[in-house]
Amino acid sequence: MFHIYCPYCEEHREEEEFHPKGQAHIARPEDPEACSDEQWGDYLFFRDNPRGIHHELWVHAVGCRKFFNITRNTVSYEILETYKMGEAPRFTAEHPEGRPAETVAAERTAAGADKVERQQGAKA
Amino acid sequence: MSQSLKQPNRLHEGGRIDRSHTLSFTFNGTRYQGHAGDTLASALLSNGVDIVNRSFKYSRPRGIVAAGAEEPNALVQLGSSEAAQVPNVRATQQALFEGLTAQSTNGWPNVQRDAMSLIGKLGGRFMPPGFYYKTFMAPASMWMTYEKYIRKGAGLGRSPMERDPDHYDHLHQHCDLLVIGAGPAGLMAGLTAARSGARVILCDEQEEMGGSLLDSRELLDHQPAYRWAERVIDELGRLDNVTLLPRTTANGYHDHHFVTLHERRTEHLGETAPLVDGVRPARSRMHRVRAGQVLLATGAHERPLVYGNNDVPGNLIAGAVSTYIRRYGVVPGEKLVLSTTNDHGYRAALDWIDAGREVVAIVDARRNPDGDLVAEARARGIRIIDGAAVLEARGEKRVSGARVAAIDVAAFKVAGQAETLACDTIASSGGYSPVIHLASHTGARPSWDDELLGFVPSLVKGVHAAGSARGVHGLAEGLADGTAKACEALAALGKSADAIALPQVDARYESTACALYQVPHEKPTLRAPKQFVDLQNDVTAAAIELATREGFESIEHVKRYTAMGFGTDQGKLGNINGMAIAARCLGKSIPEVGTTVFRPNYTPVTFGAIAGRHCRELFEPKRYTALHQWHVEHGAEFEDVGQWKRPWYFPQVRPQVRPDATNGERESMAEAVARECLAVREKVGILDASTLGKIDIQGPDAREFLGRIYTNKWAKLAVGRARYGLMCKDDGMLMDDGTTSCLAENHFLMTTTTGGAAGVMEWLELWHQTEWPELDVTFTSVTDHWATMTVTGPEARKLLAEITDIDLDRDAFQFMDWRQGKVAGVPVRVFRISFTGELAYEINVQANYAMHVWKTLFEHGDKYGLTPYGTETMHVLRAEKGFIIAGQDTDGSVTPEDLGMQWAVGYDKPFPWVGKRALSRSDTRRVDRKQLVGLKPKDPKVVLKEGAQIVLDPDHAIPMPMVGHVTSSYYSPTLESGFALAVVKGGHSRMGETVYLPMADGKTHAAEIVSTIFVDPKGARQNV
Repeated sequence: MFHIYCPYCEEHREEEEFHPKGQAHIARPEDPEACSDEQWGDYLFFRDNPRGIHHELWVHAVGCRKFFNITRNTVSYEILETYKMGEAPRFTAEHPEGRPAETVAAERTAAGADKVERQQGAKA
Repeated sequence: MSQSLKQPNRLHEGGRIDRSHTLSFTFNGTRYQGHAGDTLASALLSNGVDIVNRSFKYSRPRGIVAAGAEEPNALVQLGSSEAAQVPNVRATQQALFEGLTAQSTNGWPNVQRDAMSLIGKLGGRFMPPGFYYKTFMAPASMWMTYEKYIRKGAGLGRSPMERDPDHYDHLHQHCDLLVIGAGPAGLMAGLTAARSGARVILCDEQEEMGGSLLDSRELLDHQPAYRWAERVIDELGRLDNVTLLPRTTANGYHDHHFVTLHERRTEHLGETAPLVDGVRPARSRMHRVRAGQVLLATGAHERPLVYGNNDVPGNLIAGAVSTYIRRYGVVPGEKLVLSTTNDHGYRAALDWIDAGREVVAIVDARRNPDGDLVAEARARGIRIIDGAAVLEARGEKRVSGARVAAIDVAAFKVAGQAETLACDTIASSGGYSPVIHLASHTGARPSWDDELLGFVPSLVKGVHAAGSARGVHGLAEGLADGTAKACEALAALGKSADAIALPQVDARYESTACALYQVPHEKPTLRAPKQFVDLQNDVTAAAIELATREGFESIEHVKRYTAMGFGTDQGKLGNINGMAIAARCLGKSIPEVGTTVFRPNYTPVTFGAIAGRHCRELFEPKRYTALHQWHVEHGAEFEDVGQWKRPWYFPQVRPQVRPDATNGERESMAEAVARECLAVREKVGILDASTLGKIDIQGPDAREFLGRIYTNKWAKLAVGRARYGLMCKDDGMLMDDGTTSCLAENHFLMTTTTGGAAGVMEWLELWHQTEWPELDVTFTSVTDHWATMTVTGPEARKLLAEITDIDLDRDAFQFMDWRQGKVAGVPVRVFRISFTGELAYEINVQANYAMHVWKTLFEHGDKYGLTPYGTETMHVLRAEKGFIIAGQDTDGSVTPEDLGMQWAVGYDKPFPWVGKRALSRSDTRRVDRKQLVGLKPKDPKVVLKEGAQIVLDPDHAIPMPMVGHVTSSYYSPTLESGFALAVVKGGHSRMGETVYLPMADGKTHAAEIVSTIFVDPKGARQNV
């Protein structure tokens, strides 16, 4: 059973309090009508199943009800980080040892992810 | 019942048992005596009981082999009464208590004379691995018949057939360091961490903590080692930051340092937990520990050697012999032959001779061993035969001799003439396998160490191993390792601890061990006497050799083909030997062959401990509406809807029908439902609809959000109006439905299905938080805050008018309006929503006023024939109107268009709402999709079965093409006919066609495809 740090509650809690919601960072196409059936099918149904680092969407279902992301190693089950919606992961397949926190923070500021913009979708 | 009061194998002194405290127990119907401190196994050996079981496949007589969790043979069924039955208990782990009753798990009619053993003897050669599959495969239809007899012949223990009188519980624990195992390394680690002030849990599976210190020949601080252990345990027991858990097995290592510890709290006291101050304590407890760091000090299991007839009672592992002598004061025989590959095994011979019995010879596979223990044995005058091994045991029900010969280990052959030594006990030691099970549970693959001749654990972050568990076998080295690893573990937590001074241990020189697993025999393995590898599953060296010859090369396949390492044993004694034999046969090294994966649980865990208190009335929460008590008092039958208890129907006591009947009879369900249905259609009924999900939605963007999440339009819904809405997933399939009302410009109340409430709430949050965080809207569940009662039927308006200040005029308060006001003097919201097709008012009232309003309605309702109805009547009435139930008439593959509900789809809404794009996918545009239709059985008496398959041509050859199935089906008292809703391929264009429903009983029903609306197609009745 996982031990998950909720980035909103800022506490570790038991997995029983959370629901997994599948792969993270699946952005809904802004103009669905412009998608071919195949593109729409990819968005709806096709997900990665990597061996190693994977980003997942979870919700603190019986806690604060907030959705957030987890970077998890699917081999060791180690949770490398949890981060709020709209934030970028430090640990990625390209950077399994983690990028410096300052780099990630700088990227966030540059992208303006701190402000929620209309129509911008936090998952993107 | 026979009785045996002598304990011929009990020593007069020594051991950790209390000779002044005698306990009597019963094994296979004979009464014996033992002492406090005994295990069932030590007491049986003390009484000279050789045969404790029959083997699984060949029914060979089996005796006790080991002294701990690794015991493969001595599985017993405990319990003197039916309710107290416990299957497959290892006698080596069961403490003796007064009156203990046990019997062998296998053996018919008894273990001494077993009928199945005849098959074992005659058929032994003809029962290779895969025997059952190969023999009983054809004809396949007969397998079920064969299986019954095979199972009777094999059989493990049985479950109790009566309710368990005991209870069990769970405890959630946290600690900085969890130390598993309280032997030398574990005690040192625990002490080091404890003195640093860290929160420590120290658990150990045995009756007493101390591990190998309890039977060690070595001195610590110039005293017997157990004295040191006692001092440490005493100190730990007095520290507040330490939890000591004896009799506690760490049975599973789960994710993120979550470890389940199974504490057996009363198993040593009796077969059920004894009362304490009139209260029965929990029999066992599952500690669910979330540890900061974990230190595995689980020790090592000694490997037996694999030689001919090594399963005959009297063959033991060397360490077990030492344990029985030194810890329990029991010598399990008179004359010992020891076959060893290492110095450590010599302890058994020294302990044996110390106990005053004869050591016939030590047979050492090495040439010229020269360790200190070897020298001690020589000095005691024990005959040592070097460069040799026991080739096979003699005897059937007890060892009578050992055939011994020189062997060439490297060439795997016998190198000299065999001699037979008369003896009644053969102890063997083939080296030590670290107990890596828990480390394996984390998924980390162990690695082979050529010097240690064993697999050592690979460790994930936060897990440490110390002492024998990682192959550090010496006493002094193990103690030092324990304190060092505890310091490492605490450092990983950012805590510091001081290494503590080691007790004084005499240095001891050990000569190198030799790698021997299977002992060669003059005959090839396939024709030699059976050489058992896995005693519990009757897997022999020959079976493994045969498996490799038949092409099984992966050790995981060999395991499954031969069953090696199966069962409650999980390969504790035999796995390494089996891998070594597979490696030899395949011409590979052991690391090349690799190891199988160990999984939880380490030893079997009783279901009671797994369930804890989550059983019986506490298995699942029950939810009651505010009106529940009224329903109970009025005789309702209840139906579970999710966790809710909803009234199903209200059977009434019928007036006396026969003059001789003294009491009226209760209505049947069909009668009650028919009466309730007609009451609603003709007068007025009332339903407790409180369980419907209710979500309060507020914010300037609430209306925009509804437009995106529902398929239909919300832009123009005025304050005071309600609208039915469909909710799809983005694949276009219906997920939930309900009405949403506009309470104020920025304030809406959404209702959901009873079962879908939590899921819809999470769905709304998902879209808001991850896709549209820019929308200013909030969601609050108010399901429990409001009670809902539906007053419906032609007389509803007249009834409600008597007790409300709301203007009920048909034009002032129209269909799909809602109004605020008072009913029975209580503030309410009333919604003109109808799920019955009749005039209906849904009254929402603060839950704690609900009973008052409900009762007031009944005070005024008698004259109108007010009738309470339940979910069954609700279903009949809604189905007569073609109203769907999401999840019953839909199953995640049905679009609003399949339901014929295009009227609830806002095709031209500007925002690409959830589910819209999918409605134009090629698959959703197919004309032969299953579509919702009504079915009218040709025979009105027929009520079609829900789930029944629909075909177009009943005379079609089997398999018939199936074109759909029935989703809802009831008897309608209004239509005086059965009727159904169904999904049928292309159904919307098949109106008037006849379809057929072939049933399992051979009958075929015919039905006509009709509109889904059976009653009042124009909706005039609800709009009055």
